[in-house]
Amino acid sequence: MRLIKDKILSKLMLVLTVASVSLLLVIGIGLYYKSIPLLQKLSWGELITSSVWKPLKGLFGFYPFIMGTLWVTGIAIIIALPLSLFTSLYIVEYAPARVKKLLTPFVNLLSGIPPVIFGVWGVLFIIPLIQKFIAPHFVEFSTGYSVLAGGIVLAVMIFPLIVSILSEVLRTIPQELKDASLSLGATKWETIKKIVLRKALPGIVAATVLAISRAFGETIAVLMVCGNNAVVPHSVFDTGYPLPALIANNYGDMMSIPLYDSALMFAALLLFIIILLFNIISRVILTRLENRLAA
Amino acid sequence: MKKRKLEELFFRSLMVLATLVVGGSFFLIVGTIVYKGAPYMNLDMLTKTPGGGFYIGKEGGVLNAIIGSLYVAGGATILGLLISIPVAIFINMYMDGKRFLSNTLRMAYDVLFGIPSIVYGAFGFLIMVYFGIRASLLGGIIAVTLLVIPVLVRTLDEVIRTVPLELRDAALSLGATRWEMAKVVLRQIRPGIYTAILLSFGRAIGDVASVLFTAGFSDNIPTSLHQPAATLPLAIFFQLGSAVDEVQGRGYASALILTIIVLIITVLAQVLTKKFSKYKI
Repeated sequence: MRLIKDKILSKLMLVLTVASVSLLLVIGIGLYYKSIPLLQKLSWGELITSSVWKPLKGLFGFYPFIMGTLWVTGIAIIIALPLSLFTSLYIVEYAPARVKKLLTPFVNLLSGIPPVIFGVWGVLFIIPLIQKFIAPHFVEFSTGYSVLAGGIVLAVMIFPLIVSILSEVLRTIPQELKDASLSLGATKWETIKKIVLRKALPGIVAATVLAISRAFGETIAVLMVCGNNAVVPHSVFDTGYPLPALIANNYGDMMSIPLYDSALMFAALLLFIIILLFNIISRVILTRLENRLAA
Repeated sequence: MKKRKLEELFFRSLMVLATLVVGGSFFLIVGTIVYKGAPYMNLDMLTKTPGGGFYIGKEGGVLNAIIGSLYVAGGATILGLLISIPVAIFINMYMDGKRFLSNTLRMAYDVLFGIPSIVYGAFGFLIMVYFGIRASLLGGIIAVTLLVIPVLVRTLDEVIRTVPLELRDAALSLGATRWEMAKVVLRQIRPGIYTAILLSFGRAIGDVASVLFTAGFSDNIPTSLHQPAATLPLAIFFQLGSAVDEVQGRGYASALILTIIVLIITVLAQVLTKKFSKYKI
């Protein structure tokens, strides 16, 4: 009796596990299936490289949205990576235990703040900052709603992710290596530069890739600060229209215009594929690092 | 010699500076929200649903959104737990000797964790269209459940892995079946389960993109699963888009409410984690 119960439960758990993991496949297939009507009319190449977005005329060019996403993500990574790297170096290598204890909760709290709050903060703080203090030095006029604003808000959003992964990675560097370098008379920074960073390079790459994929998919915060104009941005003060924002902004009328729902699902599919690839790459690197440490 | 010392000093101060920026951004965000939201905060915001002229600046509050968010996040967390606890047990206790397979599964959940909520929202919408469900509380709960499953599985998996193998072996050697062993382990990780619940709840209550298509919006508190439900993040988003100052201000106040809820949840989760690791064998 007990054995039967164990068997049944085991099968049940197997089913639940398989079902939840196959979500990955099902999501991909579902989105692809919905994109078929659009893909029958236009090829992948056309969809990705055309920059004409006129849903009413049946023209769906995703190029401006892809570029919008790339700009925002690029700016976010350029800001966030050095700051997060220095922060995690400080936390792992320099900070006294007391400071460490104080810092970790704040990183966790920051990661708990919901995206929409980052968006509100962007509107209240970053937008006026850019409009009044940064933009006037470079361009004649800017409302503040720009890819730069999106990039800054996103950068702050991905701080906790990068810092926590990098700290983990930096902790895996064997103390003996550092000791060897220090005992040869190298300063702490020289040790970091020549030993720690070199050893941690795969981990840094993995963290960056993961952060990129997180930034790629962030929706509501960038939607609120980017200005949402379907044109290709040419400077950081231009408005942009990232892919996720496109999906979120148009769900209302997607049923009334032919092919529009298909186009939005295609946008979701694009996001899904890119993020899936990036995630798998970085997870494989990180798992390898972990295994090397365990061995 | 001097140059090396200078270099050390330079980079060290750079690190401190970076740390200050990263740590300070938290205060900057919360500070901005409190500063802007507090003046519009009042009891009505918390205890009333939107009145007649709410969206042109007349009386009312966001109780509908607060309750709606609690329903969605609560429902999704409960549903998610029902799925995730068995999954976490299965990965850890029923897959002996298949390390490659269990690690691949873990990675799959990590990848699922990385899928953005807008994709879950779009997919949830597809499910709803397929089954003929309209934007409703039920739809929102389904989409958000998908979103929190990876959060729950990952957290529970980590917690279960902290349970010493000896405990499991002891249970097994006494003739317990794997399920009976799992029950022992579940008892052992109870605080960890609470942490997982809080983390999932926190993620669920703050997310917009997944409920945007699926939960709809309503000025009333939903009384059945098939009615549309307002959610707090969505209420913030809508109010902020208004041209009326008063409504925008209420958006800031709503943001303050959400921030406070989420901060309480995060702090609780951390306190629990700390307690848990203290009593770990």
